[in-house]
Parts: sequence; structure tokens; C-alpha cells
Amino acid sequence: MEKRKFTISVFSEDRIGLLHSITIIFTRRKMSIESINSSESERKGIYRYTIVFSADYDTARNVTKQIDKLIDVLRAFLHEEEQIIHREIALYKVATSSFYNGNEVEQLLRKHSANIIRIEQDYLVIEKTGWKNETQALLQDLEPYKILEFARSARVMVTKRWKRLHKNVLELEQEH
Amino acid sequence: METLVSKKKKNNTKTPVRISGAEALIRCLVEEGADTLFGYPGGAIMPIYDALYDYGDKLNHILVRHEQGATHAAQGYARASGKTGICFATSGPGATNMITGIADALIDSTPLLCITGQVISGLLGTDAFQETDVIGISKPITKWNFQITRADEIASTMARAFYIARSGRPGPVLIDVTKDAQLQECDFIYRKCKSIRSYKPVPVIDEAKLKEAAALINQAKKPFMVFGQGILLSGAKKELKLFIEKSGIPSGATLLGLSALDSDHPLHMGMLGMHGNYAPNVKTNDCDVLIAVGMRFDDRVTGNVKTYAKNAQVIHIEIDDAEIDKIIKADVAIHADAKEALTKLLSMIKAKSYPDWIAEFEACKKIEYEKIIRKDLHPESGKIRMGEVVNLISEITDNNAVIVSDVGQHQMVTERYYRYSTTNSNVTSGGLGTMGFALPAAIGAKIGQPDRQVIAIIGDGGFQMTIQELGTIFQYKIPVKIIILNNNFLGMVRQWQQMFFTKRYSFTELVNPEFSKVAISFGITSQKISERKYLKAALDEMMEYEGPYLLDIIVEKEENVFPMVPSGASVSDIRLE
Ligand SMILES: Cc1ncc(C[n+]2csc(CCOP(=O)(O)OP(=O)(O)O)c2C)c(N)n1
Ligand SMILES: [Mg+2]
Repeated sequence: MEKRKFTISVFSEDRIGLLHSITIIFTRRKMSIESINSSESERKGIYRYTIVFSADYDTARNVTKQIDKLIDVLRAFLHEEEQIIHREIALYKVATSSFYNGNEVEQLLRKHSANIIRIEQDYLVIEKTGWKNETQALLQDLEPYKILEFARSARVMVTKRWKRLHKNVLELEQEH
Repeated sequence: METLVSKKKKNNTKTPVRISGAEALIRCLVEEGADTLFGYPGGAIMPIYDALYDYGDKLNHILVRHEQGATHAAQGYARASGKTGICFATSGPGATNMITGIADALIDSTPLLCITGQVISGLLGTDAFQETDVIGISKPITKWNFQITRADEIASTMARAFYIARSGRPGPVLIDVTKDAQLQECDFIYRKCKSIRSYKPVPVIDEAKLKEAAALINQAKKPFMVFGQGILLSGAKKELKLFIEKSGIPSGATLLGLSALDSDHPLHMGMLGMHGNYAPNVKTNDCDVLIAVGMRFDDRVTGNVKTYAKNAQVIHIEIDDAEIDKIIKADVAIHADAKEALTKLLSMIKAKSYPDWIAEFEACKKIEYEKIIRKDLHPESGKIRMGEVVNLISEITDNNAVIVSDVGQHQMVTERYYRYSTTNSNVTSGGLGTMGFALPAAIGAKIGQPDRQVIAIIGDGGFQMTIQELGTIFQYKIPVKIIILNNNFLGMVRQWQQMFFTKRYSFTELVNPEFSKVAISFGITSQKISERKYLKAALDEMMEYEGPYLLDIIVEKEENVFPMVPSGASVSDIRLE
């Protein structure tokens, strides 16, 4: 079966070692995780993981069920690319001296809808939020200038259609 | 409702007592009704052992000879009694020695609670003496694990541990307790765990799926049912029998499903899989509806999945959602407890019989009998064969013993020829295939079923993997019967070498010590036999003997186990020779 990109969102209790439990489900199949993000959800004490990876559908579904089976996981959901709205954030640290011409930078930023979030004597930091191909395109355009540092985050996502199940998870009663 | 209220009241009147973490842990076991523990002490778990010293009247602790033995004994206890097996080990090497048993328990869905001591919390992560990251190591092989670093976490964590280990699809839980948590005092009060919001062990049955399943079953021309340990774990032996008898559907058992239906039942067509029976394997590929209950389509059962049951619509009844569609796609998936699903289906199915279809099974059975079984069970010349030993044991014990087998040829022969008539009788390492399982597991099984005859059937190779547990058997006078089917070979591997590696017997021949003398020096009565004419008398003597007994039986060296589905082959390409 053909491989394609999937995103799993996991809602879990706040437990030490849960990330380990999740990653071994991938590593034991020798699957690599493209990106993984974890942060507290809108509900205090419930964490949300976003995991991006490539697989065929059957494997992706199976992996999702194996994550869902973890005791401390409230629910794991499998999403196709078109079912979600997702972004990554990238930071580009560029030598200030590369930009002799202020116009160049401005044009570039406008073209990519990016912002400067810090200007220092020797460097400036550009921030761009978008899909991977977009943050990558900016990286390419910045290539002629001196890139001192580049970092890109993992994907964050929300669903296009809020599934009832998602809602249920966040409305779970408090654990006694 | 009333009971709920009165229970609540009771709980409220309970007042906490101030005790050490170590004692709290022991009290948790008592509160859960535990009676037996298997373990081995060491530095990091000494406070717990010290607390245990005062609870000898409530908890029977068995000092094994190796922590692997503790886990297998606890597994044997769990499988024979249906209760959670409990084992103790110290940190570092004690904990790592338990790993094999924990992995075995996970893959065979056995409820286990493993308690390990750990270095004091201040030393965690510093490579302290006997520190090992057992939480990390055991993560992939436990249903759940947790490290306790404060005494006040003990009661609630233990309550969760018991609940998780035995609910839903059972499995092993490991609780690692730092030494300072054992020594600290806490206000102890115990409340059993009744639910965990992130864990739903009992699925809600989808009634629509049941209807679909019943419709499929009712219109089937050649239905076939395959069942696994899920029947035993959900206590559905009766429901299975009722279902099979009403529906008239022939059935086959997985290795661990054996004993869920009496082996002699006319609709029991035998064991599935690599060394299973001819009929159920071949007919899997002829059936038009396959009803799989409480089983997970292990590759040893399915052979080549691309050709498995290709003429059938598959109904899969399974409590673990992650098993559904994992190996074999279900046309109707019923995520449910086996007992509940079978009970509901029973009223929805028609009473039927399939004489022509059954006749096809009978014809296969006849072929297998002529080609294999007859000479396995009733050889007239040559060395003793494994099959005749097992057949005699089945006769002598009225099909009613607890049979604990190790891993290899003798295991397959045991499972093929013992005619189970009772549940909690079939204790073997299925999914992991752990050599060395049987001797310690037999100890646990005997303690779990003290009134029944417990017989361990072990190969000469596997016996030497946990042979030290003879010491445990001697110390506690555990009256298990140990049979070594001694072929001076790692027989199963030798068989593969013969069949698939042009008879190049690379490191499979064993030069063994005199096992009967080993047993005798452990204080265990023993005998060795190698001739058929002494077999029956030797078995009788062993069964009648009151204490533990070891019988070393020298068998045919190069016997092969057939039928066999070679790995990668289709179940219908099962070989008879
Ligand atoms: C711990 C472990 N190591 C290796 C194996 C591989 N293995 C499977 S069966 C077998 C041979 C077992 O020999 P023995 O115990 O004498 O039983 P027999 O097959 O001769 O009846 C081996 C080595 C295993 N299953 N478990
Ligand atoms: Mg052998």
C-alpha cells in the first residue's frame, strides 16, 4: 500500500514517560516520526500531542489504535492531511550586515508574509508561520544572505470538523 | 444503590493509619485478597521484605532461585487460578532478570503485578549502585508501569495497578518503588480502584454489528469458528459451548485457547496453526464465514496471511481494539468481551447442523490419524515417542490435570495430544515461546490449584534454563510432577535444520547431565527410563507419589513433529510428512 502523510492527535493525562510510550510504538516498527509536538490543551491537566509521520493507511490506523490503547492516553485520533488546519513556525537569524539595502528585506518579508521579531546590531530574527514548503521557501530566498541560525517547530494542528469525540475527551469529569 | 451507600459509609468510617511505605505496600496486597507472592530480596527492596516478615499469616511468600522464575511462577499461578500473579525483585539485576517473564505475560495476556525496589529517589539517574532504568526498560513489555517516589503514592498506585492488570485484556504491570518511599511514613487508607478515566477496559457492544454477524452466521454454508484465550479470560467456556452446540458450527482452538472447549467435544476439530491439526488448518481456507473469538491471528496461526481464509467473510470478536484489523481484516468487527458477545449472539442465531461440512473435517481427521497420530500414539517398536507419553498421561489423569509445557517439540506434542476437559489447565508460553517457562510456572500453577495434579512436561534443553527452581520445589515441598522428554537435542531447532537447512545440525545436540541424579541431589524423588515396557508403570508410580517427582524419559532422538505449516506457507499447504 502507498505511503502518505498522516497526523495523529493524542489527548493524554499529564504523565512522566508518556512520550516514551508513544515513540516506542513507532520505533518498534522502525518508523520515523517527522515531527512531534506536545503541550497542555485548553483543558488543564490534559495534554495534546501532535505527531506527523508517513505510512500506509492500515499501518497508520494500527499505530493510532496502539497509542489509544496506552493506559494514560484519553484518546488518539488519526487525521488525513485534508482534514486538518496545520502550521509550523520557523525562526531565521540573519546577519544584519547582509542587508545593505533595507528594501530587499522588506520585499522579502512581504512576499513571504514574515515578520521581523528582533533587530540587534549584528543580527536580526525573522519569524514565519506556515506550512513546511512555505517556511522552506523563505529559507531558500534567504540563502544569499548570511543565515546564522535556523529553527523550525513541529506541526500544530486543529481539525476542520470538530469531532464529537474530541469534545468528549475535553469534557471528561475530573479524576478523583 | 443501597450497597453503594453502605459501602461509602464503610469507607468513610475507615481511618487512616500511620505506617511505613513498605508496610503500606504489603497491606495493599492483603486488601486485594492476595495470598501468594514469588520473589527474591536485595538491597533496594529490603524494607518491603522487612514489612513482609510480620504478614506471614496472610501472605505466602515463595523464595524462588532466580527472578525469571518468580515471574514465570506468578504467571503459572495466574493462569491456573485466574487471579493476579504477584512477584517481587530488587533493583538492577533483580529487575532485569524479570524482563523475560514480563514480556511473556504481556504477549500472553496474563495479569501480573511486579514490584521492584529502586535506589533512593535522590540517586535516580546517577548510575547509583544497582540502579537500572526499569521503567524505561519495561515500558514496551508492560500494560502499565509506574515509579513510586513518595510513600503517599503507594495506596492509590497499587489500587490502579491491580485494576489495570486484571481488567479488559489482562497484562503485566510493573511498580518500581524507591527505597526512601518504602522507608517514609504515610497515612494509609486503601480504596480499590473502580475506574480510570483514560482507560475503558470493557467496550460497549455495537448491537448493529451483532445483527450483521448473526445474519452472516445464519446464512453461512460452511461456517468455521476459531477461538483463543479470550474465552478463558472472560470466563466464557459455557457460552462458547452453548454457541457451538446451537449453531452446529465446527471449531478450532489456538494454542492458548485449548481447554476452552473440551478436546473430545464432537465439534472441536483440534488445534490451529503451525503444528496444529490437519482439519482445522485446511478447512480455514474452505470456510465461507470465519468467526474468530478472543484471538489475535498470530502468525503461527495464520501462516501466510495473503492466502488465509480468503473464501470467508470474517467476523472478529475481540476485547482489544488494537487487535482488530491488525493482521486479518474483519468484515464484521465486534469490539467486545467474548462472554457478553457470545451471550447476545446466542439468542440471535438459528439452531443448525452441517453434516456434509462436518464430514469434510472428519475425512481430514482420518487422514491425520492414519498418517501421523496412530504411529505417534501407538508405536510398536523403536524408542519411546513423545506422543505416546502424553497420551498415557492424558489417560492416567482422566484428562483432568493442569498441564504445564515448556517450548519446543515436546510442547507441540503435549498440546496436540493432551485431551483437556477443564479450564485453568493449559499453562504454556505461547506468544513469546520462552524456554525455561515450565518448571517455575508449574510451581505457581500448583499453588494456584493445590487440589489438582500439576504436570510439567519439559524438554532437556528448556529444563536447563531454569533448572535451579528445583531448589524452590524442594524447599517448599511443592508436589509437582516433572517429566523431561529427553531427546538429547534442541529438538525443534534440529527439526528445522533437518527440513530447511539440509540436516546441518549446527549446535543443537546436547550432552546432558543425569537429570534424575540432579533431581535427587535437590532432594526430589526421581527415575530415568528409556524403554517402552516400563513407561506405564513409571508414570503410574509418579502420579501416585505424594511429593514432587521427576521422571526423565529418554525418547526418540530425531522424531519430527507433524503436521507442519512451514513458515510463510498457507495453512492449507500444511505438510503431513
Ligand atoms: C529462551 C529461548 N531460547 C531459544 C529458543 C529457540 N528454541 C525454540 S524450541 C528450541 C529447542 C528446545 O529444545 P528442548 O527444550 O530440548 O525441547 P525439544 O524441542 O527437544 O522438545 C529452541 C532452542 C526459545 N524458544 N527460547
Ligand atoms: Mg530436547
